[in-house]
Amino acid sequence: MVDQNKLYSIWVYLQAEPLFWLTLTIGSYIIADIIYRKSNLFPLLNPVAISVLLVSSILIFFDIRYERYFDGAKFIHFLLGPATVALAIPIYKTWDLIILNCRAIFISLIIGSSFSIIVTYGLSLYFDLQDKLILSLLPRSVTTPIAMGISELIGGIPSLTAIITLITGVIGASLGIFVFDLMKLKKMEARGFGLGLTSHGIGTARAMSKNKNAGVFAAVGMGLSGLITSILVPLFLKMIL
Amino acid sequence: MLNSIFAIFLFQLIGEFIQKFFELSVPGPVIGLILLLSVLLILKKYNLTPKNFEDKLVNSSENLLNYLPLFFMPVGVGVVMHLSLIEENLVSVVFIIILGTLLTLALTGFIMEKLFQDKNKNGRSK
Repeated sequence: MVDQNKLYSIWVYLQAEPLFWLTLTIGSYIIADIIYRKSNLFPLLNPVAISVLLVSSILIFFDIRYERYFDGAKFIHFLLGPATVALAIPIYKTWDLIILNCRAIFISLIIGSSFSIIVTYGLSLYFDLQDKLILSLLPRSVTTPIAMGISELIGGIPSLTAIITLITGVIGASLGIFVFDLMKLKKMEARGFGLGLTSHGIGTARAMSKNKNAGVFAAVGMGLSGLITSILVPLFLKMIL
Repeated sequence: MLNSIFAIFLFQLIGEFIQKFFELSVPGPVIGLILLLSVLLILKKYNLTPKNFEDKLVNSSENLLNYLPLFFMPVGVGVVMHLSLIEENLVSVVFIIILGTLLTLALTGFIMEKLFQDKNKNGRSK
């Protein structure tokens, strides 16, 4: 017979240590990644969405506070910063291609990124959302570490921005192809750039799986929109206030 | 591997320092990204890139970026904390995201389709 009290005291000990939460986080991600691959990279089964749902359900089911979880999982969270710096590498590797099309990229970048901010703000006003929620929505088109950084700086809620950014990524990656077909866009580079600029890493992964040139331009769009949006959002807020 | 990790951490550290020191609105890691990119491009321009170093840095970065989605998880789970804030606005927030995303996709793709030139057309002018 297993001693229930002993098991409980072990659980109390383990749940106070990072090891348990790190194992749970990585394990959930591996499961979500397997589901994603088995589904032939079906965009709505995005590994981040699935693994976050998995961990959240466990936390809610066992009535565990988020702070307790984050205290353990923060070691994984820490790697977001270095990963952002590492984004310099794909940009560096495609630099020649950027220079070749710098005018086209620059114009699409400025108009696309500004439009994303303005349309989000306009729709938020229309729906009369709270300020904190609007601020969390504004940087939603860029890669999550940058979006969260912007959100924190302008007074939004970074974790809310992370989820909004995630939804933006999944929606762009799954519905983008229908929009492009409807508009009869023929150039793979244009499709890729749109996906990367609007739906960051999730859109880039989608573009990469469809066409290599689309993937490269998605990576360029993602990297540059991250840079320009972190300048445009604070600028936009200064202009309207 | 260790050298590359050190380089990436160092650039982030410098980026964070610059962000705090000049009170910039650009996140520290993004400044680190720009600095690293600039250094790499300058080194390349003067043919100073240590061959090994670049290979290692590329490898480490790609390894790191392979698991990028994983690093979003701890914060992603934070939505548990803010369910109440989004709950009453859930429908409008999702609507804003869908409409905003599709419009931005359409506009950006359209402009790029009109402006993009491939190599052949550019090569002709020289």
